[in-house]
Amino acid sequence: MWMWVVHRVTGVAIFFFLLIHVLDTALVRVSPEAYNDVIGSYKTPIYGLVEAGLVAAIILHAFNGLRIIAVDHSTWALRHQKQLVWAVWIILVVLMAGFLPRHLGHVFGGA
Amino acid sequence: MTASSPEFVPGPKIKEPRIRSGRVRPGAEQWSWRFMRISGPILVILILTHLFINLMTGDGVSQIDFAFVAGKWAAPLWQWWDFLMLALAMLHGGNGMRLLINDYAHTPWLRKLLHGALGVAVLGIIVLGSLVIWTFDPCPVDADMSLLPSFCEDVR
Repeated sequence: MWMWVVHRVTGVAIFFFLLIHVLDTALVRVSPEAYNDVIGSYKTPIYGLVEAGLVAAIILHAFNGLRIIAVDHSTWALRHQKQLVWAVWIILVVLMAGFLPRHLGHVFGGA
Repeated sequence: MTASSPEFVPGPKIKEPRIRSGRVRPGAEQWSWRFMRISGPILVILILTHLFINLMTGDGVSQIDFAFVAGKWAAPLWQWWDFLMLALAMLHGGNGMRLLINDYAHTPWLRKLLHGALGVAVLGIIVLGSLVIWTFDPCPVDADMSLLPSFCEDVR
């Protein structure tokens, strides 16, 4: 039940980001300056944190989606679906542990 | 069939399952379901690679500027990659939003309005994004040279 909520909430968040992301990328067709100005705001600390949340949302939605497919297609996955929910969260933690230090280093450290 | 065979008496008719969208197009929801199942795993690969290349390699988010995008779209591989990602993600996300509208918008006029707005947004973004990818010029003539990818020097 909770994963159903997680899937919907992350899905909606990703959808609206996608709309904005295509619009900001479309600025490359206006001028290099226009694109660089707007994309520059993505490198500020606040957006840096929003991006981190967005990456987490994408990882959750991706691996929970794969879990749903697995549960529909295999009885093994259906029987182990509770463990698979744990697997989704563990994958999130592992991938974010790899991503966050690097990303936050770029956003805050200027490294 | 002979006259002596017992007459077939149908049971009470079972009501058709209620479809939230209220639409009666046989098979349409099954195709929607199939599309989500097929596009989902493809999007996982497309998007996780996109995030890895843009945010993990090199200087991560700090490296992203016009020259970075121009460098990527100089290769047809990344044009096709981004185009496929754009189309599949908008259709997958748009279909997901359609299901949410079916679930939460109960008044018919509101549902119609939201479905309409969603359709315009999905189509508009796919058309806009496709135009940007396929008409992109990495070396605009009137642009400041320092903002362009290095290969533009050879082009001029």
